[in-house]
Amino acid sequence: MINFGYKRNESATLDLDVDNSELYKKLLKEEPSAATCISCGTCASTCSTGQFTDFNLRKIMLLCKRGDTQSLEPIINRCMLCGKCQFACPKGLNTRHIVLILNKHLHAGKIS
Amino acid sequence: MQERLASSFDPFVLPYTIGLVFILTYLFIALIRVVKALPNDDKFKLLKHIFSLKIFKSGWEIFMECLLHRKIWKKNWTLGYMHTAFAFGWFLLIIWGHLEVNIFAPHRLNLPWYPIFFRYFMMETETTLQGSFFFFMMDLTLLYVLSGLVLAIYKRFRRKAFGMKRTTKLRWNDQVAMYALWAIFPLRFLAESFYSEISGGSFLTAGVGSIFHWFYNFTENEIYIRPIWWAYSISLGVFFIMLPWSRYTHILSEPLFIIMRNAGIREEHRNSGYGKVEIYSCSRCGICLDPCQLVSVASLRDSAAINYTRHLRLWKSAKAHQAASTCLMCNRCTKACPVGVDTAALKLNTKHELVNLHTEKQYDYLNTSVKDISTPLNALTLSGAEATDVDVIYFAGCMTHLTPATKLAMTKILEASGERFNFIDAEGSICCGRPVLLAGARKSADELIKKNTELFNQIHAKTLVTSCPICYKFFKENYALNMRVLHHSQYIQELLKIGKIKINPTTAKIVFHDPCELGRNSGVYDEPREVLKSVGQLQSTAYDGDESLCCGHSIAAEALPYRKRRVMSDDVVEKLTTNNPDILATACPACKKAFSETNKIEVKDLAEIVAENLV
Repeated sequence: MINFGYKRNESATLDLDVDNSELYKKLLKEEPSAATCISCGTCASTCSTGQFTDFNLRKIMLLCKRGDTQSLEPIINRCMLCGKCQFACPKGLNTRHIVLILNKHLHAGKIS
Repeated sequence: MQERLASSFDPFVLPYTIGLVFILTYLFIALIRVVKALPNDDKFKLLKHIFSLKIFKSGWEIFMECLLHRKIWKKNWTLGYMHTAFAFGWFLLIIWGHLEVNIFAPHRLNLPWYPIFFRYFMMETETTLQGSFFFFMMDLTLLYVLSGLVLAIYKRFRRKAFGMKRTTKLRWNDQVAMYALWAIFPLRFLAESFYSEISGGSFLTAGVGSIFHWFYNFTENEIYIRPIWWAYSISLGVFFIMLPWSRYTHILSEPLFIIMRNAGIREEHRNSGYGKVEIYSCSRCGICLDPCQLVSVASLRDSAAINYTRHLRLWKSAKAHQAASTCLMCNRCTKACPVGVDTAALKLNTKHELVNLHTEKQYDYLNTSVKDISTPLNALTLSGAEATDVDVIYFAGCMTHLTPATKLAMTKILEASGERFNFIDAEGSICCGRPVLLAGARKSADELIKKNTELFNQIHAKTLVTSCPICYKFFKENYALNMRVLHHSQYIQELLKIGKIKINPTTAKIVFHDPCELGRNSGVYDEPREVLKSVGQLQSTAYDGDESLCCGHSIAAEALPYRKRRVMSDDVVEKLTTNNPDILATACPACKKAFSETNKIEVKDLAEIVAENLV
């Protein structure tokens, strides 16, 4: 397969009748800067972890807003927290804090 | 000198005695709990230290720091005098009191109140010259303590005279203890003055006592004379009972802290034994408030070291965690602390207690097969195989990839030097692990350490050079590598020294900003300065060396809002450019990113300046 440098996402359906924005609300409460994300994707393009995996902070923010906690759970702790995205972010989001908060809520009690 | 009363007891000694029994019981229980919480290795270390000659060194340190407050003298003389007057003065009063009892009434040594209320129970006769000597020394020491008290009261109104812009805001418990402490010495002075006609006194108490008697010639049996002894005893009792619930706990815990620290005990996972002693040793003196940029520039008073330790003492772990995760860990407070409380280590333990990211699958991508060359990590392993025999491994670090000028400059310098080098993360690599450790996840950091060690050790190089001070500190302290680790400033200095590269000096005026991780946290101050001196005119600032400021963009403070970071970096640029330099040089990609945003001055990495002026 030719490597084009990006991957096509599997098609997915989104049930808009189910409101599961609890996680996003918690995130906003603890890190208000998350609300200013413009989904530009600079974080994802500079990401150290993104070189090796599908880890993508822009997508994580999107999944979080949608309330898709199931997809978030297995990938959220793959981040190395190096902080490149934080320096690159044009809106000055505390990206590392966002990852840590999501980790805390998604993995509460599940991690040894 | 003879006993004045047949009875050796009076009801007024009760408040003092109850307080004393309480505080000794508390001390005993606390000591047992602390030692019990230590791991067996540390218990052994403590025992070994106590029964070795090194204990004298600890004893000397306890004398110099707990009693004389040497480090506070270094900061400000008036402040030092005030602290010494209270600590050393009170200590001397206790010593004189016990000596008096020992000499004149040895059979009363078993009564704990006797040395304290000596002048109530004993009286001076005409014949004891020694007695008048002790009375003189007592009065002199009391005058010394009272002079400290006057300064302490003055400090509440004019702290700037003591070299402090900010001071601690006291809670009710601290206030009760402080006012009780302040009351002890004037009350003692009054009590002894009133009794100077009855049991004798020296220049201070007898002099003031005769003035009292000049106003009104009272006798001992009059109702308003005795309460002064009661008040003195109650103030002592209140102070002792408030001691564990106030900032004055450090009087008890600081000697133990010094002994444990000198025994080499450190805690790396939680604050249980040693950490608790360290937290209780914080005297909340407020000396760390002025150096802390979060307090002085970003107005985040709650994040200050003294407020963090207070949260922990009140069992508010969520608030303590909040304070820890906004802390930049620049260690300016630790350098200033007269007690030597390492708050950065304590904060890291707090984070570690609450944060855990590690699962089996967390970093499983690190161990993808070597044959699969689609990922740069494995490509890196392969390029290593091509060039395993090199002199130098150059590891730029994650952040340096955000400031490409630095890595280009380093490549140019390395090529010019003729050294055989391998730019190991030219295509990107994994993180060194310090950022994840600073967020509190030690286990996750361990995985990254393991992988990086594997990657570096399979290339047989003598030196590992990195451009990022965060990586440098971590490689140096937490990795077991087969090669020496250098920051690029050290490496360039070495190349210049042995003549492998040569530079054309310029006339540019340069100011150097010491990155926290390189300077204060790793002790590298001279090498970058030597390099810059050889390339331009290095200007000194008020913020060189240990006084260097933090750029505000430290990777440790994950919860610090961007606004606050910017306020701090703008402030640093303003402070460093008062002499209108041409270039603001630094040696850290994070600092460079932070300063570049202000757009006020040309910000360059040290490597860039050297690369531009290579011969």
